[in-house]
Order: sequence, then structure tokens, then C-alpha cells
Amino acid sequence: MASVEFANVRKSFGTHPVIKGVDIEIADGEFVILVGPSGCGKSTLLRMLAGLENISAGEIRIGGQVVNGLAPKERDIAMVFQNYALYPHMTVADNMAFSLTLKGAAKSEIEKRVKPAAEILGLSHLLDRFPRQLSGGQRQRVAMGRAIVRDPQVFLFDEPLSNLDAKLRVAMRAEIKELHQRLKTTTVYVTHDQIEAMTMADKIVVMHDGIVEQIGAPLELYDQPANLFVASFIGSPAMNMIKGRLDPNDTQKFVTEKGVVLPVAKAPESAKGLALIYGLRPEHMTIAAGGIPAEVVVIEPTGSETQMIMRVGGDLVTGVFHQRISARPGEVVGLSIHAESTYLFDAETGKRLV
Amino acid sequence: MKKGTSMTVTSPAKQASAFGAMARSNTAVGLFFMLPAAVFLLCFLTYPLGLGVWLGFTDATIGRDGIFIGLENYQALAGDSVFWMAVSNTIFYTLIASILKFILGLWLALILNEHLPFKTFFRAIILLPWVVPTVLSALAFWWIYDAQFSIISWSLMELGWISGPINFLGDPNNARASVIAANVWRGIPFVAISLLAGLQTIPQSLHEAASLDGATGWQRFRYITLPMLTPIIAVVMTFSVLFTFTDFQLIYVLTKGGPVNATHLMATLSFQRGIPGGQLGEGAAIAVAMIPFLLASILFSFFGLQRRKWQQGGQD
Repeated sequence: MASVEFANVRKSFGTHPVIKGVDIEIADGEFVILVGPSGCGKSTLLRMLAGLENISAGEIRIGGQVVNGLAPKERDIAMVFQNYALYPHMTVADNMAFSLTLKGAAKSEIEKRVKPAAEILGLSHLLDRFPRQLSGGQRQRVAMGRAIVRDPQVFLFDEPLSNLDAKLRVAMRAEIKELHQRLKTTTVYVTHDQIEAMTMADKIVVMHDGIVEQIGAPLELYDQPANLFVASFIGSPAMNMIKGRLDPNDTQKFVTEKGVVLPVAKAPESAKGLALIYGLRPEHMTIAAGGIPAEVVVIEPTGSETQMIMRVGGDLVTGVFHQRISARPGEVVGLSIHAESTYLFDAETGKRLV
Repeated sequence: MKKGTSMTVTSPAKQASAFGAMARSNTAVGLFFMLPAAVFLLCFLTYPLGLGVWLGFTDATIGRDGIFIGLENYQALAGDSVFWMAVSNTIFYTLIASILKFILGLWLALILNEHLPFKTFFRAIILLPWVVPTVLSALAFWWIYDAQFSIISWSLMELGWISGPINFLGDPNNARASVIAANVWRGIPFVAISLLAGLQTIPQSLHEAASLDGATGWQRFRYITLPMLTPIIAVVMTFSVLFTFTDFQLIYVLTKGGPVNATHLMATLSFQRGIPGGQLGEGAAIAVAMIPFLLASILFSFFGLQRRKWQQGGQD
């Protein structure tokens, strides 16, 4: 096990920069998830850590040691690939034992390491099968088994669940998290799925366009997003964003472009006159008589909660309510917004002000 | 009006019913569609092959239909030292040339699979020896191997490494080595390009996984590339062996089987005896004698190399 550090890491393909100066510190035993939309550079960053891509500038340290010049095999890391990358001509047992075989480990030693790993992952009865004879979830487990057998300093996961169906993904999510709790190996995990990031990570690194937007614990990112990008990326359904300005006479009132007044908690004086974006999470509103009038556009009951898309002034607002609502499309309901849980962003810089 | 319509509809339907019954039987339709291919195969493959086999059992000569003489041709060949020399030449020629073509072709494929500058240009260039008509390249080699004007002899003499020209095609062992070299030069592109295609089907992530697992370059080749390439190697080398075993043009242009039959292959001997020699029956018998060797190499490739359990998937 070891800590991992990225210090001002940069990467360009030709003249095209893809990683534009990234600093991340990952403590020993931490489960860190790099999340961001496709093309944000998260997979490239992971491959640079693995040694599969070279580093244009900056330093990557594993356990305090700079690994920029080390070959992948000298870094003592194990990686689970998106397509699993199982050796098709080897059985499950041989796939898992491959790294040990290369080292020339004795047969008894190999068995001693492969057996418990197979047991942890429930692969014991599949050891003689070939990858082609396995289901997607089983292949995923073999890929993880291959990493576990290595007992490496760091585990890397490159979108490991994106080839699985939704139900299996949820199950494997829990399995990977449990595995990390058992092994306590430093883990860096790449995904584009913010739910995966929220549910599994100790720490989330939100990336966008080759830079780190924010680093923090899942709920920290949810509660205190640094900017518009993080606010819109984390949370499902996404945060409502409404354009407008503060009331010049009252910093507790936000006026949308269509003239609707929305409540704000203690906006700074400096925000006066700026073009702003009002951020409101769908779960931070309730239906109340005498509230802000909202016309129901779509209503989606899911059983445990009700999602509604409403028109407030001219803006569409999504709300999630924990009660059952019998409103019909076209009906006007009253919306009560909790001022304490609203956000204000500078429309120009994207920075959060409140 | 209504009645009329229904009548015009029923009568063609009745006519079509015989055809319809056949159309409904998948087997009949299948056989029907196979007919053109079957006719083609019968005319251009089965008939010449059958004729060749038949001629091998006759004493036919050019201009005279032979009569059936049973195994007499084969008995004569069994005691014919030139025939046996041709057999051993063919095996030697095929074995050495195929091994060389495999090693050099694989090496070339591995190089071309790397990220080289001008990669596509090199890949195109590689195919040249294969694209040039055999007779043309054989003629070029004829000059290269010329007893007086050989460029190889000339270069080595200029360098002062040898004192006189090498007798490439006049000495039995030199001649054997020379024709093998020419065949290898010609055969490498086929092996290299086919294996290159095979190499490109191996996912990059397998190499990455192996290098993370601690494999060196050689270990990646030994444990990933080679096993995954085996099915393609089997197919390519089977074809290569078949081409080499039945080679005719190169030998015929370069040495005509000489000196003193030293480079005669079964194919050239068969032609020599059958056409210039006029002994069609004997020539055919020599050609037929090649069949067991060819079948053996196909069976070896099919059962030994091509069917791998891990490729089949499904149940074990």
C-alpha cells in the first residue's frame, strides 16, 4: 500500500494538451474516484499513473517515489480494464496467476495466493473455465481477482462497470466497495457515472477539460460545489440553474430574467449588479399553498418519490418530492423554496458566491 | 367482376403450386442454388484431378491414349533414384524455405506492427516481391545468380572476400541454397502481411495488462502474442507449405531441375517426364504422389494447431 501524488502533471498529444496541470494527493488506503464527462482526461491520467502513457511535464509519486521514468511493471500497481483484458487463451486460474507465473513462483505458492482470492470473489468453481465461457460479471470478477492476487501498492480501475447491465452494476459497486474495505489497498477509480462516484468514493476528484474542478468527499461536493460545473455534474436529477440578478434593494431576493422573485440566504454585497445563476437542487423544495406559482409540465411518480417538471416564470424547474402528489399537467401549484439550501453562482466565472 | 377476378387469381396459383412446394422445401432450394457452383467445381476441379489420377494408372504418352496398367508407374517410380531425389529435394526445399519464411515473416510483421514512421509506405513496399510475376522475379534472380555476371559475386570480389565468382547454380548444394533463397524472398510478404493482420487483432489492452503484470517484452511475445497468433500461424503456414511444396515456376526458370537433377522438385520432375519427356502416365503418377504429402500437412495444421479450446467458447 502507498500514497499517490500528482504534482502539476501535464500531458499533450502532439500540440493538443489533454491534461493541463493536475495536482491530486491520495492518502494511503484511500478510495479515490476520478469523475468527469468523456474526454475530460480522467482515463489518460489513470494510464499515466499506470505507466501506459508517458508524462509530458510534472511528477507522479507512488509511496513518495517519483515514477515518471519507471516502466509499468516496476510500479507495483494492478489495473482492471474496462474490457477486462483477460487473456483469452488462459483459464481463470492461469489468468489470475499470470503475474506470479512470470515471477517464477512455485506452484504451491501460486495456489496459496489464487485460492483465497478466488474464494473472496466467488470464482472457486470457475477456475478451469476460459474467459469466453464466463458471463460479464464473472469476467469482471476475474479481472479483479488478477489484481488482488498481485497484492499491489495501488489498484487502478478504468471504468470497470460500464460494460455491465444496470442491475449487475449496482451489485458490483457494493462488491468493489466491500473489497476495498477488506483489503484497504489505495485505489484510484475512473468513471463517468457520478452515482458510482458518490456511492463508492472516500474522495472524489471532479475533472473537466483536462483540469481538476474540485476535490472532496462525496457529500462535500454535493453540499458545497465550488462552481457551476461541479454543481451541475454531481447530483441526480441535476441542480436547477436559473439566470437572473439580485434585487438591488434586497440581497435576500433573486429576480429571474422573467421577473419571478426567488429567496436567497445572505448574498454578499459584491454580488449586487452581477449577472448570476441561481442554483436549486430538486430535493430542496416543497409544495405549499401560497408559495411561488409553478405550472406542472410533467409529473413522474416513481413510488418512493415524485418527480415534477414545472414552469416557474419562463424557466423549467425540476423538483423531487417525497410525498405523493395528485397534480395534473397544466395545474398551478405553490412552491416553497428553502432559502438556506440555495446557491448563487457568478454567471461569468462560474464560481459559487453563496 | 368479382368472380372473374377470383378465377384469374386461382389459375396461376395452381400452376405455381409445384414450384411452391419445392420453394417451401429448404433442402430442394438449397440444392438448386448450389448447382452452379457444383457444375463449376466438377468441370474445373474434379475432372482435371480425376483425369490426372487416371493417367497415373495408364501408360499414356503424348499423342496416344494409354491403356490401364494398374500400379506399374508407381512400381517403376519406387525403384527410380531420380524420383526419390526429387521427393527428398521437395521435402528439404519445403522445410527449410517454410521455416525461414516463418521466422523472417514473423519478425517483419512484428516490426511493422510497431509505431514506425512511414508505416503504411513500408507495408506497401513489403508486398512488392509477392506482386511481381514469379517468372519476372525468377529472371532477376537468374541474373543475380549468373555464373559470370552475378552482382553478389562481383560485390564480394570487390570487397576482396572471394577471389573468383561463385558458381551459384552449377554446384548442386549451391543451387539448392540459391533456389531456396529466391523462394524465401518471394514468400515472405505473404507470411508477413497475413501475420501482421493477425497481430492487429490482438487487443492492445492485453499487452498493457501483461506489462502491468510484470511481463518483459519477450514474455509478452511468448505468453500473449504467440499463443493468440497460433490459429493464424496455422492457416498461413499451411498455405505457405502448400505453395512451396507445389512450387514450379522458380525452379523451372532458374535451374530446370539441374545441375544433374539436384534441384528437381516433384512438380518440375512431373512436368519434365510428362510434357518434354512425353510420358504422360509417369508424369501424372509423380504428381499424384504429391497428394499424400499435401493432405498430411493440411491434417496436421487442422488437428494440431487450428482447433483450440479457448477459441470455441461455449461449453467445455
